[in-house]
Amino acid sequence: MSSARPAAFGPAAHVAPRAAGRRLLDRLLARPSIGALLGVLSVGLFFALQAPGLLSAGGVATILDIAAPLGIGGVAVALLLIAGQFDLSIGVVAVSTSLVTALLVTESGLGTWPALLLSLVVALLVGAVNGLLVVTTGLPSFLVTLATFLVLQGGSLALSAAITGSSRVSGLVGAPGWESAVEVFGSTAQLGGGRFRISLVWWLLATALTTWLLWRTRFGNAVFGSGGAPRAARELGVPVRRTTVLLFLGTAAAGWLIGTLGLVRLGGVQVDPALGAEIEFIVVAVIGGCLLTGGYGSTVGASLGALVYAVAREGISLAGWDPRWFQAFLGLMLLVALLANGVVRRRLRAVPRS
Amino acid sequence: MSTATATTEDGRTPPVLELRGVTVRFGSVPALSRVSLALRAGEVTCVLGENGSGKSSLVAVVSGLLRPVEGELRLDDRPVRFRSPQQARSRGIATVWQDLAIAPLMSVWRNFFLGAEPTRGQWPFRRLDVGRAEEIAAQAMARVGVPGLDPAQPASALQAGERQCLAIARALHFGARVLVVDEPTAPMTIAQRALVLQSVVTARDSGLAVLFVTHNPQYAHLVGDRFLLLGGGRVAGDLTRADVDVDDLTRLVAGGDELTRLGESLRAAHPDR
Repeated sequence: MSSARPAAFGPAAHVAPRAAGRRLLDRLLARPSIGALLGVLSVGLFFALQAPGLLSAGGVATILDIAAPLGIGGVAVALLLIAGQFDLSIGVVAVSTSLVTALLVTESGLGTWPALLLSLVVALLVGAVNGLLVVTTGLPSFLVTLATFLVLQGGSLALSAAITGSSRVSGLVGAPGWESAVEVFGSTAQLGGGRFRISLVWWLLATALTTWLLWRTRFGNAVFGSGGAPRAARELGVPVRRTTVLLFLGTAAAGWLIGTLGLVRLGGVQVDPALGAEIEFIVVAVIGGCLLTGGYGSTVGASLGALVYAVAREGISLAGWDPRWFQAFLGLMLLVALLANGVVRRRLRAVPRS
Repeated sequence: MSTATATTEDGRTPPVLELRGVTVRFGSVPALSRVSLALRAGEVTCVLGENGSGKSSLVAVVSGLLRPVEGELRLDDRPVRFRSPQQARSRGIATVWQDLAIAPLMSVWRNFFLGAEPTRGQWPFRRLDVGRAEEIAAQAMARVGVPGLDPAQPASALQAGERQCLAIARALHFGARVLVVDEPTAPMTIAQRALVLQSVVTARDSGLAVLFVTHNPQYAHLVGDRFLLLGGGRVAGDLTRADVDVDDLTRLVAGGDELTRLGESLRAAHPDR
């Protein structure tokens, strides 16, 4: 009876395949990181013409050195953005956990490694508080992490002032375990005319790990689902809450890693009040193609975004411009990235399936 | 209501899911009053009615979003109370919401397997089996009438009917027993509607009990075995395919509309009665 009729005119319209070249282009544009890749290439080309020193070994080393901590934070924030959440507290977690490490070593006489482990626990606690608050209250994570940011920022300033009398804690060099910590978090390698730091390796590891997690594991699919269709994801049994909390733990751990890299490099920590660093991670992730609305983005893109940032910063400095132009330039990049992402997304939506 | 009991006496298969005298209220306003309905395996039950007739409330009750204040749901002849859509889902009731179950920027296969992805390898290296997932998703989509689909393309590239098919294919693949399809109110082309109808037929032929909610009697009559007419939250008619042809059904659905208007004007003319 009725079954014959829809079958007769149902599928017929859908047989003609799209041209192969067109599909390749669509697939390429569907990659969230493609915009950031074009960004790196165009910004790199622009500044390479302005300041040829940019592409020397020394220039590249400096660029990668600037990009590494940003990239580590950027990939963690990218995962969180894809899941539809936001984290403002990652930079302040970096500062306050390195302050905890420094105080534990200098004031309590703890070895470097136990101190690092304890501050990692502190970081994960902060992440857990952020994540649990967000999933239990349903408050926007922007506000929750803004509160965490303020608490930690004020707390670290007050704590370092109360204990050491200044906003700077130093004198870690020579503590037990310091040498091995420097090997893991602070060693450098001379390659050509540039000194490359080990933070580059950490950054590459973080990017590789998060990329694998995002595209090739069930966890990654849960991240995409949590951001792209939260209600559907919950109804299909995706552990949205667990995923969200884990991602906040991830950004907190990334914050700890950034803090530790800085601490080991400087042999101390300087607490200064600034919101700038918090925004930078998000800017980097958005330049990398992440949508603030969630459900779309890539960690490779965030790393490329960090590279765009670093190239522009070092390029402006090498070209002899007033470094104050950098922020304006970054804002412009962000705007271009937002517009480009919008175009790509509309195109994705509009692709006719025939 | 009476037909539901009559058909069981006919010696037909017992219903998979049954609603008995279900009443739902929003505040003091009844959205459904004593609605009874039996869904059987391999049968399409169409729910017809105008906007505000209680179609959405009925879907919400069956899929576990709303709990009835009176009456009961019986699954395999045992009373059940669903506390959440997840629970209804785990008991084999898959709901295809109007357009909600798709993450538009995720690929087709990621949407298809969301929450139940196939993996391979041992734990620290356990990873998605992308090749198998793409293959299964493409096969499942072909089964419901969308062949030749690239499972790696974003779901946003699918048209409205194809998105519904994706959700229906998912329900079929993961072994649902009851399929609730809430037809989108958004305009669809005839080909797209036909696609949805065809996947509904596929689901029926696979032995699912289908509840198909629509406002279009022509489309309903193409696939429906039983027709439940809703009006003002009440069952205005419970008919089988043998009872009506397309014209009768169209007249009934449209006639319900006219009768409501007539009733309203009569009440306005004689407020004391």
